[in-house]
Amino acid sequence: MSRVRLLVGTRKGAFVLTADGTRRDWTVSGPHFGGWEIYHVNGSPADPDRLWASQSSSWFGQIIQRSDDGGASWQPVGNDFAYQGPIGDHLWYDGTPRPWEFKRIWHLEPSRTDPDVVYAGAEDAALYRSDDGGQKWQELTGLRTHESGPRWQPGAGGMCLHTIILDPVNPDRIFVAISAAGAFRTDDGGVTWQPINRGLRSGQIPDEDAEVGHCVHRLAMHPSRPDVLFMQKHWDVLRTDDAGGSWREISGNLPTDFGFPIAVHAHEPDTVYVVPIKSDSEHYVPDGKLRVYRSRTGGDEWQPLTKGLPQADCYVNVLRDAMAVDTLDDCGVYFGTSGGQVYGSADGGETWNAIVRDLPAVLSVEAQVLP
Amino acid sequence: MIRVVLPPHLRNLAQISGELHLEIGGAVTQRRVLDAVEERYPMLLGTMRDRRTGERRALVRFFACEEDLSNESPDTPLPGRVAAGEEPFLVVGAMAGG
Repeated sequence: MSRVRLLVGTRKGAFVLTADGTRRDWTVSGPHFGGWEIYHVNGSPADPDRLWASQSSSWFGQIIQRSDDGGASWQPVGNDFAYQGPIGDHLWYDGTPRPWEFKRIWHLEPSRTDPDVVYAGAEDAALYRSDDGGQKWQELTGLRTHESGPRWQPGAGGMCLHTIILDPVNPDRIFVAISAAGAFRTDDGGVTWQPINRGLRSGQIPDEDAEVGHCVHRLAMHPSRPDVLFMQKHWDVLRTDDAGGSWREISGNLPTDFGFPIAVHAHEPDTVYVVPIKSDSEHYVPDGKLRVYRSRTGGDEWQPLTKGLPQADCYVNVLRDAMAVDTLDDCGVYFGTSGGQVYGSADGGETWNAIVRDLPAVLSVEAQVLP
Repeated sequence: MIRVVLPPHLRNLAQISGELHLEIGGAVTQRRVLDAVEERYPMLLGTMRDRRTGERRALVRFFACEEDLSNESPDTPLPGRVAAGEEPFLVVGAMAGG
């Protein structure tokens, strides 16, 4: 029987949650790297026992950890994330120029085919690639040096490159998203990049449909349909059907179109999940009710999923990297909260259970299916 | 023999317990001590000082003989009792934050 492994990054360590294919009983191991912020843990599709963790601390900086045994043991690998070429400036919160300054890695995206290849998304925004199992990191400079780069500005959480999607069909195509610059695409393996923000509208910036400057919170793709992307923006949920050529809003009947994560069902490319939260300043779910909203029509029409989720006195948030799906049938859906709960559904979101309730605030969740 | 005490997070990262004992020939300076620590434990590169500029990370402090040496020049000789191995060189995570 297949097993499922959840990789959970939190404010104070990483946790590995495992269950068999029924996904009823879970074993929790950790904390790994206790006391460190673990922005992201992810596993290689090419070798599921090769895991990557981004470990950081305001005191001691950035560490990348690698496991080759499914998280039983870890070894630090290279952590030299240098900006290459002229450093240049981006905009600061007050609109003045400020030099790029490396702070941390938000997201690690392993290659679909080569366990030694992994991409890393940095704050301040840059994309790195390692070809040697994480020992050395090379910046893909064409992104940061895009002519719009000096106009990029941080969001409230920093100017982070938080989403990396490797096209499952075209190995030269990569999508990334940066808060608060927007979404970008390369079609030549990362040499050159273009902003893909047409159709986004953000009333919080002077030119509300500018080429860059939009606070994109998350992108999601179904692997069978790589030209279709879904986006949770600061406000608005959007969809593109032409790989980012143009976007249209699909917020429909959501109670609020503000939120962070967005995920696509593993087998139904038009089934999409979001977790709406209240406004851009309160950052918790509306009415004290934790509700995942699901669209089975590719957007516009949304239904609340509540069975097993707290429907009173709940004031948590779900961050951008803290929702994932597995590939079993029925599809498993998982998310972690700022209150330290990890919830799972083994039936596509119909019913939910708290897998674990009292972890530190959850920053990221990834799901793996193991033989 | 130079004695170095690392904060718990860095001891965990380097998978060591207790004090480090290092042999350093010639003048014993902060730079040479940290060079020796990083050479033996490369996973600590970048955790105490910027790996390019060599500047101390803002929330890392260096103490010895009940003195704060954090803002001393990295090439200033450390106190004689540190050089003699009588007192440890302490790497401390600054008391800040939560």
